[in-house]
Amino acid sequence: MSDCLVEIDDLTIGYFTQRGKLVHVLQGVNLQIKPGETLGIVGESGCGKSTLGQAMMGYLRSGSQVLGGSVHFAEQDMFSLTGRQLESIRGRQIALIPQNAGDALTPTMRVGKQIIEAIELNANLSGEAAKERMIELFGQVRLPHPEVMAGRYPHELSGGQQQRVVVAMALAAEPEMLVLDEPTTGLDVTTQAHILNLLRDIVTEMGTAMMYISHDLGVIARVSDRVALMYAGEIIEDTVVVEMFKSPAHPYARGLLESIPRLTLAGIPNSMPGQPPIPGTLPGCSFAPRCPFVSDICTSEPPEFSTIPGTPHLVRCYNWKDVLETDFSQELQGVFHTIKHVPQDEPAIELSEVEISYYRPRFTDRFNSDSEPPATVSDITLSVQRGETLALVGESGSGKTTIVRTIAGLLPAKDGVISFEGFDLTVEVDHRPMELCKDIQLIFQNPDASLNPRHTVAEIIDQPLKLYFPKMTRDERRACQVELLERVRLDGRYRLRYPGQMSGGEKQRVAIARAFAADPEVVLCDEVTSALDVSVQAAVLDLLADLQRERNTTYIFIAHDLAVVKAIADRVAVLYQGRLCEVGTVDEIYSPPFHPYTETLLGAILVPDPDYEPELLASDTPELAPPAKGCSFQRRCPYCLGDVCDQETPPWQSPAAAKGHQIRCHIPVDELDRLTRDRNMDHVNGSQAVDVSPQVVVRSGSGLDIPQTGSGVR
Amino acid sequence: MTVTSPSVEQTTTVKRRSPLAETWENLRRSWAGMLGLGLIILHILIATTSPYWVPQDPFEMNAEIRTLPPSAEHPFGTDKLGRDVFSRSMLGGRVTIVVTLIAIIIAIIWGGLLGIVLGLLNGRADEIIMRVVDALLSIPWLLLLLLIISVMGTEMWVQALTFGFTYGILTVRVARAATLDYVTSEFVLAARARGERKRTIVLRELMPNVRDVLLVDGSMNWSWMLLGFTSLSFLGFGVVPPTPDWGFMIAKNREILAVQPWAVFGPVIMLSTLIIGINLFSDAFAKALGLDRSQGAPV
Repeated sequence: MSDCLVEIDDLTIGYFTQRGKLVHVLQGVNLQIKPGETLGIVGESGCGKSTLGQAMMGYLRSGSQVLGGSVHFAEQDMFSLTGRQLESIRGRQIALIPQNAGDALTPTMRVGKQIIEAIELNANLSGEAAKERMIELFGQVRLPHPEVMAGRYPHELSGGQQQRVVVAMALAAEPEMLVLDEPTTGLDVTTQAHILNLLRDIVTEMGTAMMYISHDLGVIARVSDRVALMYAGEIIEDTVVVEMFKSPAHPYARGLLESIPRLTLAGIPNSMPGQPPIPGTLPGCSFAPRCPFVSDICTSEPPEFSTIPGTPHLVRCYNWKDVLETDFSQELQGVFHTIKHVPQDEPAIELSEVEISYYRPRFTDRFNSDSEPPATVSDITLSVQRGETLALVGESGSGKTTIVRTIAGLLPAKDGVISFEGFDLTVEVDHRPMELCKDIQLIFQNPDASLNPRHTVAEIIDQPLKLYFPKMTRDERRACQVELLERVRLDGRYRLRYPGQMSGGEKQRVAIARAFAADPEVVLCDEVTSALDVSVQAAVLDLLADLQRERNTTYIFIAHDLAVVKAIADRVAVLYQGRLCEVGTVDEIYSPPFHPYTETLLGAILVPDPDYEPELLASDTPELAPPAKGCSFQRRCPYCLGDVCDQETPPWQSPAAAKGHQIRCHIPVDELDRLTRDRNMDHVNGSQAVDVSPQVVVRSGSGLDIPQTGSGVR
Repeated sequence: MTVTSPSVEQTTTVKRRSPLAETWENLRRSWAGMLGLGLIILHILIATTSPYWVPQDPFEMNAEIRTLPPSAEHPFGTDKLGRDVFSRSMLGGRVTIVVTLIAIIIAIIWGGLLGIVLGLLNGRADEIIMRVVDALLSIPWLLLLLLIISVMGTEMWVQALTFGFTYGILTVRVARAATLDYVTSEFVLAARARGERKRTIVLRELMPNVRDVLLVDGSMNWSWMLLGFTSLSFLGFGVVPPTPDWGFMIAKNREILAVQPWAVFGPVIMLSTLIIGINLFSDAFAKALGLDRSQGAPV
């Protein structure tokens, strides 16, 4: 116990249900963390990782109890300390950084005061000394203008800034250890990359140990020294980060890593069948029912940790030797597959100069025509071909959902034309004929919210059938329900389930079945996989691709995960602040020349590879409203040319060799290409400042160079 | 494709029960809820069957046995007119319970539906009607009840409608607030995007989700209505004498409180056991309906 800061020994936590049944959450967890070490805890939802993080702080959710084992932090048994003793440890020696920084801050108190409070409480400083320490902390978490920032209320800060404030509070007393529970989940990719860099810097500067909990393998690969993989309340693999990602020895680790879409490999990855059991309900290995390597002993006797000789690699599997026989990187190549479909050369939906605004003028505004802010979404000219998947990508606030909801008729378009089979889609759903409603269906991000919790699966799927096919008899509809469920690979018995009785992946399948019950031409997918665990994400992508091939459905697919987009899309439109930046086929978008914003996004992506270092181009300051004129990305663009970008709408440009690739930027395409290639060569040290002085092309007239609306942007 | 088959064998361990059965399961585990339910059922049994088994004729006056203390013959003693207090207490809830039960159903239906529709529309009509509701709520409820009943008369159906209307105003607010939680949810958006009619959205999407709140609100309102009705009959606007009624009995017998307190205690015990029963039941009922049932089946 001497050289370890944290020693978790055979920890078992459980709770009793209302019916008096004991349910395990953690099962015999063993872990050590050395001072200054970052341990990544990774696992899918419900595997007990948050419970472990809380136990690390000496905290149990109400109703839970320690059924065995212990948590030692700095030689103190966390669960035998008194409340007072725990208080003196928490915040001073060990601090928690929660997922939602906005919830962790008091909304009615200025953030500076909140930090000073933490300093006074935990660092025993007061008055001027506390204030100085606060300014120092602001510097440490890279928040500019401490005096200004300290005077702000939490809601006046962006998500990334809030998270920095929470980190500053946690660091107030220079604790020996930080527990981070999904601190970047919910932040935009660029913000996430910035926060992770900050955390890495803190670890090197201050020698703080971290327990970093996340479901995102890319994040874990980026921050961890060592990784512990959890499954059904147990740690099943524990090793240094490189080993975990380069040669995982547990079949579950392999399956998980193989189910992540990757930028470097084309197509959809494999998914894992089944779902995790409730911890402690299986006699043998908890992964045995889903394991491709399963043998007789696996189902009868739970495996102990085996050490892989010559490495610090611990794995809880009988068959790790068999697993390690195949080289992981080769195996990885083999799991990606593409589902072939050929889009027709005929537009399904065409958008032309579409403008959407949430602004509703008040009475007094009618006399003052200048007061109208720039529209949320503006100047969108796009077309989607029949049977094609068009992906809309961009950070939060880029107008992706707004555009899709307008196409679905939930919002009116302010200006422009959206046409579909001769219908005008700028009107809201109430004014559309039923035939049109049937042809355009919507699938939402979170199946928990998009399925009525009070309806059975049968009732859910029955609704579109009743609405669009009133002539169907009850028996026909019933047969149709079963057929639809089979198409989304669910057993017909699921008809009688309620959404609460299904897993996330199953619920999303039901939502897909509901959309396809209408036999639609176009399906709008709004972040359909982002609420799902990675192991089922690939299965849903597979299903969507299959359904598209069968019925030549057109998809408009919203996603913030660029790897998912690469796996499923035919063409991509990149949006920033409701304006298009770049449109092109997948291959064109993911290779230079890039629009500066696309380059920023691609640079900030995290991949499940510990050797990869993201490249931070633009600052992570999100903007609340688009600029009144000029380029939408002007304020964050690393290559901004000055006046032209601020004043004039950039023109559409096409690289010479491209078919439909279009970039909206003042910088000439060749120059963009050169900039990117330069950067890719020297990005090893991750330098931020790049001296850019390309030739400025001054354009006359409006600078608008929109292609003919008839053909759309192809 | 070997990859995409959901594991049916695992998920079949989830027991499939109807929501009703599940609520009952949860309710059964709460001793307070069961006690409350028992009290309510006992009261309803007494109200329906008491005329057949009460020991004395509740209407028979006898000047010779006025204001007698409790005895074996008269468990709660007798009142000023020599009537048996026990028998009258048993019968005293009949009108009250019937009127309030009808009224509660009326209140839930009109208040609930109006509230849901307003929550869904959420526009100018909502704005105007809610201000009217606010205005009505600013009038003291007893005054409002007295006003309507003195104009419309004291027949039972008038009273039921009056109570249903008055207490329904509160339900409008509750139903509207509950609806607003769901109107922006994605399943309602999905229904709108499908092109469903407003009526379908109200009845199929919103109603099942707001229903629990309405039921709990209704059961809590019931105890307030009982108090309201008893107050009215205390003031003489409830039932027509000589029909026994708790409120009226309390009003008439409070003069002899010092001499024969049981003449007041009898109706008070009956009324308060019913109200306590309703409140215990309502609390347990709300818990049993599990406000987060949508999050998943209890393990």
